[in-house]
Amino acid sequence: MDNSNLHNLEEKFQAKIDAEIKIEPKDWMPEKYRKTLIRQISQHAHSEVVGMLPEGNWLTRAPSLNRKLILLAKIQDEGGHGLYLYSAAETLGISRDELVDQLLTGKAKYSSIFNYPSINWADIGAIGWLVDGAAIMNQVMLTRTSYGPYARAMVRICKEESFHQRQGYELLLTMSQGTDEQKEMVQDAFNRWWWPSLMMFGPSDKESTHSAQSMKWKIKRKSNDELRQAFVDATVPQAEFLGLTVPDDQLKWNEERNHYDFGPIDWDEFWSVVKGNGPCNRERLKARQKAHDEGAWVREAATAYAEKRRKRKAEKESTQVA
Amino acid sequence: MSKQDWPLWEVFIRSKSGLHHKHAGSLHAADAEMAIENARDVYTRRNEGVSIWVVESTNIAASSPEEGDMFEGAKSKIYRHPTFYDIPDEVGHM
Repeated sequence: MDNSNLHNLEEKFQAKIDAEIKIEPKDWMPEKYRKTLIRQISQHAHSEVVGMLPEGNWLTRAPSLNRKLILLAKIQDEGGHGLYLYSAAETLGISRDELVDQLLTGKAKYSSIFNYPSINWADIGAIGWLVDGAAIMNQVMLTRTSYGPYARAMVRICKEESFHQRQGYELLLTMSQGTDEQKEMVQDAFNRWWWPSLMMFGPSDKESTHSAQSMKWKIKRKSNDELRQAFVDATVPQAEFLGLTVPDDQLKWNEERNHYDFGPIDWDEFWSVVKGNGPCNRERLKARQKAHDEGAWVREAATAYAEKRRKRKAEKESTQVA
Repeated sequence: MSKQDWPLWEVFIRSKSGLHHKHAGSLHAADAEMAIENARDVYTRRNEGVSIWVVESTNIAASSPEEGDMFEGAKSKIYRHPTFYDIPDEVGHM
């Protein structure tokens, strides 16, 4: 393809994006658009899958059968969300096995939030309320992303995600009406999850390397800082309702801006966790690798069973012919 | 057949009797039966369906987006729409 032809295709592509026409798998797209989406969607998928680990930590220790059922359902949803997203990524021409491989070899990233430990039962509530709450901010925006399969996966995910946030908040609400010790557990979990949740929106707009192009292609529709602000504004009153103190002495309602002002984020911590030095990075990948290895026999059994069924069917058909 | 060869299946769900099956997404499975079982777990966890179809993706023939003019013919035939015809108000609803 010569340069002017490529330029022409790129212009047509941008015109479609500007006209809010979704891009579908077989449509022409710039290689960089494809690569950006594969990176973003697969990171998102990996986050869903790794996100099952901190919650799985509490599955056998949930304080009641009811809470255990809820947590199981939530974890199953996360697995499902991973699948929707892997499928969306595959429409861009990468295979599932390559994607899984990229996660296990550490070549692909997942959300850093899952490199923090879930230390007490209130953490399960905090993850649902804050982590899923922050994810929802991002995901609601992504239901309008320019790539059709990604947008459709997001619609499905958002429908289910609301349960995740509400169960988490309700869990904390219950504990915050309990004993002093339980109240302390809620505050402790909140203190530890608040800042990492704000970091989930990524670097500030000034530092974000992928943002401008992603906004132009309408992969993203709101900036990291915009989404972070929306999250703070929505979450602070919810924290107050639980009787919690936000661990930020600079947090203050700003009448003029009509938003909360909040203190600076520790970006050194953010980058350190991204680069693999968070409290649980190694543990998470090890657990993922272990689950993958120990699941090998299930994949083999499914393959063998399909083979057996196929043979049986073929034999039956051949005897019918005879 | 290794795991790598598990085909991709497109999943169609009928949300309730009386409605069409509608494309819900896709998944990998070793055969059709397992694809249906996986589809139940992945796409109908909240009563989204009463019936599931799965089709191996490679068995779907599709039009190509480059053949955009494939649909041109219909665009000019506005007389195929009821709004093309002016009927006096006095005639009432038609």
